[in-house]
Amino acid sequence: MAMLSFERKYRVRGGTLVGGDLFDFWVGPFYVGFFGVTTIFFAALGTALIVYGAALGPTWNIWQISIAPPDLKYGLGLAPLQEGGLWQIITVCAIGSFVSWALREVEICRKLGMDYHVPFAFGVAIFAYVSLVVIRPVLLGAWGHGFPYGIFSHLDWVSNVGYQYLHFHYNPAHMIAVSFFFTTTFALALHGSLILSAANPPKGEAMKTAEHENTFFRDTIGYSIGTLGIHRLGLLLALSAGFWSAVCIIISGPLWTRGWPEWWGWWLDLPIWN
Amino acid sequence: MTPSSKRAAAALMLLVGAGLLAGCKDQVESKQSGYRGTGMVQVSTAKQTAALAAANQVPEAQPPASQEGKRAKEVYQNLKVLGDLSEEEFNRTMLAINEWVAPEAGCDYCHNTEKMEDDSKYQKVVARRMIQMTQHINEKWKAHVGEVGVTCYTCHRGNGIPAYSWVQNPGPAEAQGMAATGTGKNKASWTAGITALYDDPFTSLLTDPGKIRLQTTSALAPGMSKTIQDTEMTYALMFHLSQSLGVNCDFCHNSRSFSNWSESNPQRVTAWHGLRMVSDINKDYISLLAAVFPDNRKGPLGDPAKANCQTCHQGASKPLLGASMLQDYRPALATETAPK
Repeated sequence: MAMLSFERKYRVRGGTLVGGDLFDFWVGPFYVGFFGVTTIFFAALGTALIVYGAALGPTWNIWQISIAPPDLKYGLGLAPLQEGGLWQIITVCAIGSFVSWALREVEICRKLGMDYHVPFAFGVAIFAYVSLVVIRPVLLGAWGHGFPYGIFSHLDWVSNVGYQYLHFHYNPAHMIAVSFFFTTTFALALHGSLILSAANPPKGEAMKTAEHENTFFRDTIGYSIGTLGIHRLGLLLALSAGFWSAVCIIISGPLWTRGWPEWWGWWLDLPIWN
Repeated sequence: MTPSSKRAAAALMLLVGAGLLAGCKDQVESKQSGYRGTGMVQVSTAKQTAALAAANQVPEAQPPASQEGKRAKEVYQNLKVLGDLSEEEFNRTMLAINEWVAPEAGCDYCHNTEKMEDDSKYQKVVARRMIQMTQHINEKWKAHVGEVGVTCYTCHRGNGIPAYSWVQNPGPAEAQGMAATGTGKNKASWTAGITALYDDPFTSLLTDPGKIRLQTTSALAPGMSKTIQDTEMTYALMFHLSQSLGVNCDFCHNSRSFSNWSESNPQRVTAWHGLRMVSDINKDYISLLAAVFPDNRKGPLGDPAKANCQTCHQGASKPLLGASMLQDYRPALATETAPK
């Protein structure tokens, strides 16, 4: 198989975290590594268990298949397989495969001599997932607080858990997370349109450079963050969105059990207007 | 500091922070109210539960009285309710009502003690009407109060005026004409759990509970005339229900389809009857007393203080946590003894 021009830099030995040279090889274009093996293992087992769970369930409708967590009465113990036990094993598989993938990214970063921005960013996404199915359930004392694995059912869970706190838009961390999500998409829209404009000049004109891009933003808003800076900003905005999402659900229940609007009592009680 | 000791210090701080968070937090209790994984769960803290139990202590019943002997109406004058009780049972009931409603003021909260049958105090006229209302609720609204029933104490809790009630609230004057916003919102609504929703969902929705439901049964339903203001009015009332009962939306609803009865919890049926019950007693009992109450007992628009969910529930999903005080006052308060 022919190597792509950049693969010469990629296909170097070493940089593995565990296993030494044992799994330090490629299958076709894919690096394997110890964590590639564990990823395959957990992903295949987890998927097989989801299919098994679907087979036990009432429907094959892809939208309605749902693997639900145990009843709250099982607390932090193990539940029978068909009453949430499957969900527990699938959760272990999911975390196993996500973390394996992140560590495989770390190994690749080491091979390339890069810093760990990519696995770190993926780690924030894993943290958001783990918040939902491990951290918050443990703080509330039951695995049953995790969300069900199903396309519609997990959305219903989101809705009902929101209504546990009457009006989730009043959750301060949710406000911050939503603001970051919108800012991320806004920044991406600005950046994407700028790059597309610079890269697609009218017929007969040369492609524009970074100086044109900077000038455009300096003209319109008085400031240009620059070609490297926009990516740093994008990473910060996106990771903050994920991070505050995790915070907003972890505090719902463990730190606040009433309606979120009521939390704002402190604001109304401020001595400046009360 | 070396980079590695810095890293260790940062990790330690995170751990200590998490430990503090876990240690300081009140013990959280959760109760499942739907199929596993639907997220239909009630959450509260041990502290809240203990406070609720402390606030809902039931006073001891008066010692039982003989049902034999002369009827009260043969002994006392001007008895329009409770006259068919035995004299002893009647006096026992009066003692209980005194304890429930005016423990400090005593008999003369309602009575001219020189002339007990005298109706000159408005409190006595109101009390008589409220006894009829209690009987009416216990007999005709079993769909809501069940066999547990209500007594004066359910609302009064030792207060002459129940702690929670509502009057029509037009809100502060707002700009009119071109500057009118017409939303009546964007102020903290204490009725609706400190949201920016409406402060008075009662005038409209407790008068006509049929208006509460506004979800359409099909997309772009023809004749759909509900506005966003209507939906927010309902949301405000639902906040009131939630706060009054100390529960969240999932207690009754599966929020994936609020209006769908087959996906709702049975408590929603009880609540449906309760809203109609409140509407009924406000209209047929309390509002009719507008001429009896003095002005300082009425709202800015001249309507007397009326009942809502909080009046009885006071933060508990079952008033007094489900204790039946009615069982000790059955002959007096369980059935309608006089036409309203």
